[in-house]
Amino acid sequence: MTELFALLRHSLAGLRVLLAATVVCGIAYPLAVTGIAQGVLPWRAEGSLVTAAGAHTTDPGAAVGSVLLGQRSSDAGFFVPRPSAAGDDGYDPLSTSGSNLGPESSELVADIRARRAEVAEREGVRPDQVPADAVTASASGLDPDISPAYAALQVPRVARAAGLPTAQVAALVTEHTDGRSLGVLGSGHVNVLLLNLAVREAAGG
Amino acid sequence: MSAVLAAVLQVLLLVLLLALVVPLLGRYLAHLFTAPTHLRFERATYRLLRVDPDADQHWRSYAFSVLGFSLVSVLFLFVFGRVQQWLPLDIGMSALPADGAWNTAVSFATNTNWQWYSGEAAIGHLMQMAGLAVQNFVSAGVGLAVAAAFARGLARTSAGGRVGNFWSDLVRVVLRLLLPASFVAALVLVALGVVQNLSGPRGVTTLDGGTQQVTGGPVASQEAIKEIGTNGGGFYNANSSHPFENPTALSNLLEIFLLLVIPFAMAWAFGVIVRDRRQGGAVMAVMGSLWLVSVGLLTWAELAGHGTAPSLAGAAMEGKETRFGEAASALFAASTTATSTGSVNAMHDSLTAPGGGVAIVNMLLGEVAPGGVGAGLYGMLMLAVVTVFLAGLMVGRTPEYLGHKIGQREIVVVALYILTMPVLVLAGVAIGLTAPAGLAGLQESGSHGLSEALYAVASASNNNGSAFAGLATGTPFWNTLLGLCMLLGRFVPIVLVLALAGRFAAQHRVPVGAGTLPTHRPLFVILLSGVTVIVVGLTFVPVLALGPIAESLS
Repeated sequence: MTELFALLRHSLAGLRVLLAATVVCGIAYPLAVTGIAQGVLPWRAEGSLVTAAGAHTTDPGAAVGSVLLGQRSSDAGFFVPRPSAAGDDGYDPLSTSGSNLGPESSELVADIRARRAEVAEREGVRPDQVPADAVTASASGLDPDISPAYAALQVPRVARAAGLPTAQVAALVTEHTDGRSLGVLGSGHVNVLLLNLAVREAAGG
Repeated sequence: MSAVLAAVLQVLLLVLLLALVVPLLGRYLAHLFTAPTHLRFERATYRLLRVDPDADQHWRSYAFSVLGFSLVSVLFLFVFGRVQQWLPLDIGMSALPADGAWNTAVSFATNTNWQWYSGEAAIGHLMQMAGLAVQNFVSAGVGLAVAAAFARGLARTSAGGRVGNFWSDLVRVVLRLLLPASFVAALVLVALGVVQNLSGPRGVTTLDGGTQQVTGGPVASQEAIKEIGTNGGGFYNANSSHPFENPTALSNLLEIFLLLVIPFAMAWAFGVIVRDRRQGGAVMAVMGSLWLVSVGLLTWAELAGHGTAPSLAGAAMEGKETRFGEAASALFAASTTATSTGSVNAMHDSLTAPGGGVAIVNMLLGEVAPGGVGAGLYGMLMLAVVTVFLAGLMVGRTPEYLGHKIGQREIVVVALYILTMPVLVLAGVAIGLTAPAGLAGLQESGSHGLSEALYAVASASNNNGSAFAGLATGTPFWNTLLGLCMLLGRFVPIVLVLALAGRFAAQHRVPVGAGTLPTHRPLFVILLSGVTVIVVGLTFVPVLALGPIAESLS
């Protein structure tokens, strides 16, 4: 009985501390960060949106997407992103996810085989030339990047469809390729949306 | 540069950053937990809240404060989840189901951040920031407070079982460390690309004419404390693999740094509090070497990419982001499971079999290398007591640690502590795999299916929160079972830790004698590492053999 009473007494003190923490850490703190972020870094805070001309914007109505979020591209004149498990059609920010299939999963093995055949046919290459990121779904389902190898694989097809010289598209890929940060962090990658915007601009809109 | 060299150099860079910050932060933490004076605004806070920050609490009173505070935290969060649809910034979300609200309330109040739901589909902004993120601060504070109480218990003798004041520990660590650190980290994250707004999803017309809903939310402010407090609950379902939570390789390194820095610094703080820095150094050496081994193994596993699907694809890139690649994903996976964080930048279910095995073993070690904020330190110190006891048995002397005798009563408390987690894990897995409602959640059959269930229960019982997410756990069965694992896995050990702290603080000091095992020498570091691995090894080898080991060999 005395234990219960002690627990109750400590819980009431705990409730007062929790309410104070809610005001300070749960309301004041995130609002302060939001205020400063919106004031100083509005483009980042609003999701790194870009217009069709590649300009930064904070207005979703004027944007073609976020440079941080991958998006589906079905047009043959565009570079294709990685497979995505986010939502039924992929690249759905309301349903972010990887496939969560394990390394011995027969479903994953079948997916990889099918994707390899599909990419090889689309790009007109041998199946063994298709890189790993082209046949695997990313963790978020929103991966904005592809590997430099997958970008290089798509250059001839994109150049053909966009009516551009292969060398020019290859140069655009090089221009949009980022190496490892600080030389050692992460992996080399190419931002698909920015690359596609550059291709479209080069092709005359 | 080759991928292997880059992988090694990124670890070196991280170690260098930690080496620069940990001693300073460790000293600061020790100061927070021992300074007798309060800051002016803290005194005002205590007066307003009518709590006494100066009472030197007996361990029982301290434990009641921890339990009372956590109890109201669970209730508050449960109610929040049930009524979020009526609150501002709900962005159209509905009430959580009762079992889901229970699971989430326990999950965040225990520093676990296990998530049965998908953030962007289930939780409104107000619940994220004023419900979940608040627990990210205070549950981290609870862990740190308990570790501080244990360190003070070890530093004191003849103190009548008094271990300090919970309220001042909690308030100080939140106001003087977690809040300012999160504030700075959040703004850096925004600069790197993490979003910070109060908007719901907004449609943009994409390049091929489709519509994509760009999600918003106060993400950076939550991301910062999620890593700093080793919480791990993602704002979005994809957690730190989401480009809006972790946009670049730089933000990735920052997040890994943040989730490791306080756990390591607590080992340093421990040395300062017990007035013998070499003791903190020995604990840190054990933590650091076990962490490095797990990083090495996991990085090797992912870069080698063994297994049917990775071999077929050409690399283990399923469930990984291009900007991170295998090495930065492996470093994150090892660090998030070696602490109690549980945030992920790659989907652990799709890790190679040995890689996933390392993640599971990291959690089953009890998350002590370096472990969660506070929890890692007291877990490792419990193992240190076991080590001293075993060494005492070997040479036939009465074991003692830092001038405290390890008698029968003390070792019973430690034994109960050591047994709690394995009992929860093994019984939990057994229940999960015998009940039809549990089996229904498995995505895959055979050893990988077992690994999914083992991972879930180990993650919950150790308050980690990461998952082999193929397991469908948003069911009343799994929500209830894992909720119980999280609750018992958090508070049974905490009560035992405080009880031992109280016993130590009540003892008379045992003078150092010829039979005293020095606990700061390399020999002790090796012994403690061995005990950490062997205690786990003997307990979990059978289930590991049937799960990840069998899958690795298949």
